[in-house]
Amino acid sequence: MNPELVGRVFAPTPAYLVGREKVREFSAAVFATSPLNTDVEAARAAGYADVVAPPTFAVVVQEHTLKQLLSEPDAGIDFLRVVHGDQRFTFTRPIVAGDELTATLNVASIKSLGGHSMVTAESTIVDATGAHVVTATSTLVVRGDE
Amino acid sequence: MTAGITIAADELTTGDVVAAGHFPLTRDSLVRYAGASGDFNAIHYRDDVAASVGLPGVLAHGMLTMGLAVQPVVDWIGDPGRVLDYQVRFTRPVLVDPVEGAELVVSAKVGKVDAEAGTVRIDLTVTFNGDTVLGKAQAVVSLAPAPSVV
Repeated sequence: MNPELVGRVFAPTPAYLVGREKVREFSAAVFATSPLNTDVEAARAAGYADVVAPPTFAVVVQEHTLKQLLSEPDAGIDFLRVVHGDQRFTFTRPIVAGDELTATLNVASIKSLGGHSMVTAESTIVDATGAHVVTATSTLVVRGDE
Repeated sequence: MTAGITIAADELTTGDVVAAGHFPLTRDSLVRYAGASGDFNAIHYRDDVAASVGLPGVLAHGMLTMGLAVQPVVDWIGDPGRVLDYQVRFTRPVLVDPVEGAELVVSAKVGKVDAEAGTVRIDLTVTFNGDTVLGKAQAVVSLAPAPSVV
C-alpha cells in the first residue's frame, strides 16, 4: 500500500439526504425494535425532528468515502484482499431523517504487519450547517501476497 | 418530553448484565441488509463467490453483526440517540447456512460507569455456536435522556 495516502486531502462526498423510509428499512435490517427508529410521532415526542437512525446507519454515508479510498489510482489496494478489521462511531448527535450529510475522508495511519497492511480511515460526517454529527473510523486489513 | 429511562449511576455495578438478545439470521437477513446498507459484496449471498476467495461459505456482513448487537442496549435505555460511541473489532466470521441460518447471541454487561460524565460503557459479548465473533465491543451510552435533542 502507498504510505503517501496518510494526510492526503479528499473532497467531501456529495450531500446524502437521509430518507425516512431508508431509516425504517435499515432499522428492520438490523433487527431494531425501538419505536424512535420508525414512528415519527414517537420520535417527535422524544424531541427529535423525525425518526432516529440506528447507530450503525452512519456506515451508509461513510461507505462513499471508503469507495474514494479504494478507487484512488495510486492507493494500491486490491478490493478482494480487503478485510474489515474494526469499526467505531463517535457521535455528537444521532442521525435523523431529513439530515443532509457530507463525509470527508482522512487516512489517519497505514501500518505494515507481517506482509499485511492496516489502514485506518476516519470519515467526519457533518450536517447541512457544517456541524459535526458523527465520526466513523474503520480499520481495513489488506492481505499481502501469499 | 424526553425518551427512555434515567438510570442512576449508583445502581449499576461493573459486570451486571443489563440486556441480552437472540438473533436468528438467515440468508434472507443478509439480502435484506445488503439492500438496506448498499453493501452488495457477493460473499454475503453467493456460495460460489465465497468459495472462490477461499471462504467456507456465505458470511454475514460484519456491519450487520455490529448493527444488531447494540439493539438490546438501545431497548434497555429506550432511545437510539443515547448511544454516544460504539466500537467493535471483527474477530471471527459468521457463516450463515442456507437452510439452518445462524443464531447470534448477545449479552450486554456494565463495563465502566462514569457518574461525572453521566455515561456508562456497556461491554457486549456476541457469540455464534459458542464462539465470540466480536472483540472489544463497547457502547458508551448516556445515563439520562439528552437535555436538548435534534
